Amino acid sequence: MASEPATMVAPDWRGEIFTALKDADIRQVGYVPDAGHARLIELCRADPAIRAVPLTTEEEGVALLAGAWLGGQRGVLLMQSSGVGNCINMLAMTKTCRFPLTMLVTMRGEWAEFNPWQVPMGTKTQSALELCDVFVYRVERPEDAAETVAAALDSAFNADLATAVLLSQRLIGAKRWVK
Amino acid sequence: MIPNDRRLDRRAAMRILLEKRGDLFLVTGLGSTTWDAASVADEERNFYLWGAMGAAAMVGLGLAIARPERRVLVVTGDGEMLMGLGSLATIGVQRPPNLAIAVFDNGRYGETGMQASHTAESVELVGIAQACGFKETFDVGDEVGLRDFAARLHNAATTMFARIAIRTDEPPRVLPLRDGVFLKNRFRRAIGAET
Repeated sequence: MASEPATMVAPDWRGEIFTALKDADIRQVGYVPDAGHARLIELCRADPAIRAVPLTTEEEGVALLAGAWLGGQRGVLLMQSSGVGNCINMLAMTKTCRFPLTMLVTMRGEWAEFNPWQVPMGTKTQSALELCDVFVYRVERPEDAAETVAAALDSAFNADLATAVLLSQRLIGAKRWVK
Repeated sequence: MIPNDRRLDRRAAMRILLEKRGDLFLVTGLGSTTWDAASVADEERNFYLWGAMGAAAMVGLGLAIARPERRVLVVTGDGEMLMGLGSLATIGVQRPPNLAIAVFDNGRYGETGMQASHTAESVELVGIAQACGFKETFDVGDEVGLRDFAARLHNAATTMFARIAIRTDEPPRVLPLRDGVFLKNRFRRAIGAET
């Protein structure tokens, strides 16, 4: 058996997702903050070629990205799983107009969850999206993150599809409540 | 109709806003403002929302950010704006200089039976926009005020917000196309975005 390297370097999957966004020429990033997206939000805000737009609620982002696409720009939407529920009616516009959409969703309510209030939406996130004809990809392992995001972006912008990438709570790490 | 009601006729108001349209992009909300726009002229630089209530202002924001060299006007109703009130906070933070939001305010939900909206009671949209960070706002009560706002559409240096008081009458519906894919592709083709 090959010996493990002395120190394992965890893949910087958040940085790799950012690279995937840049490679896809993403120019607008709508977000409602989530701890799991904190680093990605920082990277987007620091990039002069990206307009990062903080939203008061996630469905604003669905409309923002529809406008961006009308104007010829590509965008992406960052949110926590609870935000998916806020988007449902807006997704009717995405489907009716076949707007491209990629939502990167950090999951709560599924892996070592402390807060029971996160569980109802977290456990229904994927089925709610699929009920609205959003193509759902799920990431469990850090090495899959960037490739999966790139695939979702390809499907969105080349095939005019609504896509979501669920970044699992196990991947992100359960929230620590006692610091 | 109230005798001597100085509030504007909604169709006349839309005509005035689009009178010297130039290369303005227009986004309208569900639903009467979409019929108002169609009554003036259906054209490829119009994007009508036939649904997604509350989305109009945010669609305008995404479009304005994407095309900073062009002017974007969103015209929507008080009920539609109220459903997306948070978007005024979001836009107040971004304030692209090429975006204007105009709300036709009759204090009613016109498509569902003229029920009173919040603006018929205590809610005042111009005050909300100002509190959200809009630097140039208009509370339009007559044609002179409307023309002041319309004149600024092509040279404002900040995001504008206008509340335009209109009468509660219901002119005949003028329905534009409602195929969303067609409207999207027509708009993108018109502005030279790849399809």
